[in-house]
Amino acid sequence: MTLAAALRERDVALLPSRRDEDWRWTDLRALIRELPAPSPAVAAPAQPGPFGAIGEAEILVVNGRVLGEEGLLRLAAGETRTVRLRFVSATAATAHGASLSITLAAGARLTLLESYEGLAAGYLADANLAVTLAEDAVLERIILAQDDEDAVSVSTATVDLAPRARLAQTTLTTGAKRQRLETRVTHPGRDAAVRMDGAYRVAGRGHADLTSAVNHAGTDGTTDQLIKGVVDDQARAVFQGRITVSPGADRTDARMGHHAIVLSDRAEVDAKPELLIFADDVACAHGNTVGALDEDALFYARQRGMPQDVARAMLTEAFIGEVIDRIEHEAVREHLRSWAQDGRIA
Amino acid sequence: MLSINNLHARVAEAEILKGLTLDLPAGEVHAIMGPNGAGKSTLSYVLTGRQGYEVTEGTATLDGEDLLALEPDERAARGLFLSFQYPLEIPGVPAMTFIRTAMNAQRKARGELEVSAPEFLKRAREVAGQLKIDFDMLKRPLNVGFSGGEKKRMEIFQMAMLSPRLLILDETDSGLDIDALKIVADGVNALRSSDRAMLVITHYQRLLDYIRPDKVHVLAAGRIAASGGPELAHELEREGYDKYARAA
Repeated sequence: MTLAAALRERDVALLPSRRDEDWRWTDLRALIRELPAPSPAVAAPAQPGPFGAIGEAEILVVNGRVLGEEGLLRLAAGETRTVRLRFVSATAATAHGASLSITLAAGARLTLLESYEGLAAGYLADANLAVTLAEDAVLERIILAQDDEDAVSVSTATVDLAPRARLAQTTLTTGAKRQRLETRVTHPGRDAAVRMDGAYRVAGRGHADLTSAVNHAGTDGTTDQLIKGVVDDQARAVFQGRITVSPGADRTDARMGHHAIVLSDRAEVDAKPELLIFADDVACAHGNTVGALDEDALFYARQRGMPQDVARAMLTEAFIGEVIDRIEHEAVREHLRSWAQDGRIA
Repeated sequence: MLSINNLHARVAEAEILKGLTLDLPAGEVHAIMGPNGAGKSTLSYVLTGRQGYEVTEGTATLDGEDLLALEPDERAARGLFLSFQYPLEIPGVPAMTFIRTAMNAQRKARGELEVSAPEFLKRAREVAGQLKIDFDMLKRPLNVGFSGGEKKRMEIFQMAMLSPRLLILDETDSGLDIDALKIVADGVNALRSSDRAMLVITHYQRLLDYIRPDKVHVLAAGRIAASGGPELAHELEREGYDKYARAA
């Protein structure tokens, strides 16, 4: 049951629902009674994406259609590139899906600036990425989701790593009516490394679901995950993080942290951190906290003269900032700094 | 400057302040001494407006204005500063950013222009030098991983930067060795002036050797049990708080 299948077959019965354990908090079947009409082909939007002019190339996917490319991004051995990948939803109340492949040959380095841009209201969007990294390849994937608040949007990436390859990922989202950003990694161990970070700032009636699954199949692999989020109003955030250490994947080092601040009584955070360990001699740790903003720190800041809203903004920015700090690409990191303040790019 | 009259306050269900009256004119330094549990910290939190401290009776005014009706940040903008007994750690916020944000918020509330970055930096270097604070420390998240003494010094640094008019020092000497105490006291003394007033809350007389008060008050069982000159602090050091605790 996937959104892609439901769109292909035009059948709502194929939508993922709460009957699927992995979708219990992001039930699309109960939400969508009827699929909207397919999105039309439209021209490229005039405005630049949220990453501006950072990077030397841009792949534009509008209403599910990859413009001017064949849906394949391939880096040759040793090649280094920074590419913007923009998924734009441009027509209200219509549905579309897209799929794209990304292949990095041995030693290639790609900084992928992936954006989900809602330029219309109430669309239904699906995106699928198939990513393959050869030995010693490095992918830093930075995902910025700016979906419309009435949209339903799902993005699913599968990443295959070769030995010594490295995936460093940061997902930043403000949610949608229903939104799921999912990454599934096949991790061979053997000095391959994964960083699987993310942050959410969801308000209003928004919903954001960060789901990841990393499967360690071989020895000597590392995975490091830090997810932080702030929910306000009646918003809901979902974090599902699963790290599996398969039998024989000895000397795996896996760390997972998820920390959320809930600013309103009616906001909700559903977290399911899972470390499934079937090997011996592993170093695994996880921490999960959900709580209010530190009242003592808030009073301290207010005693120094900051009004409630300024103090709150400063403390939440600092909280989220830790995720931004871990972005490796310096220009992108500084560009996204303002996102920690209010979920927008200055 | 600060005028407290018959102040009653409670925390949760317990009445802690039971009719406290105190007058602190501009230009003076008053010490408040008292045994543990007398209400010293409660007084500082009531004056600064911390949540959970409920005033049930009485008044507190700053230059005639009802202090208790103001939000904590409004009180700060009018010049009230509390040096915390246990300064908070603020992860992810460099000390400089924190203080500059506070300063600009206060200025905005008073209808003044924001401080410029070079102006702020110049002042921060000066004050850090006076308080023997390593300038690099100001780039680190505020109080995170700082020693007890460093945190207290950082309180005085903030105080000097924000230049308040009414200063409350809550157990500023606790956790300080003698060298740090001297530095902190020098920093506080440098702020003494005819248009400022200070309330120095302390359990021990030691701090008052360095910050000489004009008046000493004994706080016991929620009210001022005695007032006198600096000699009262020495008497308390010799004889303890027993007789006041008993009388209450």
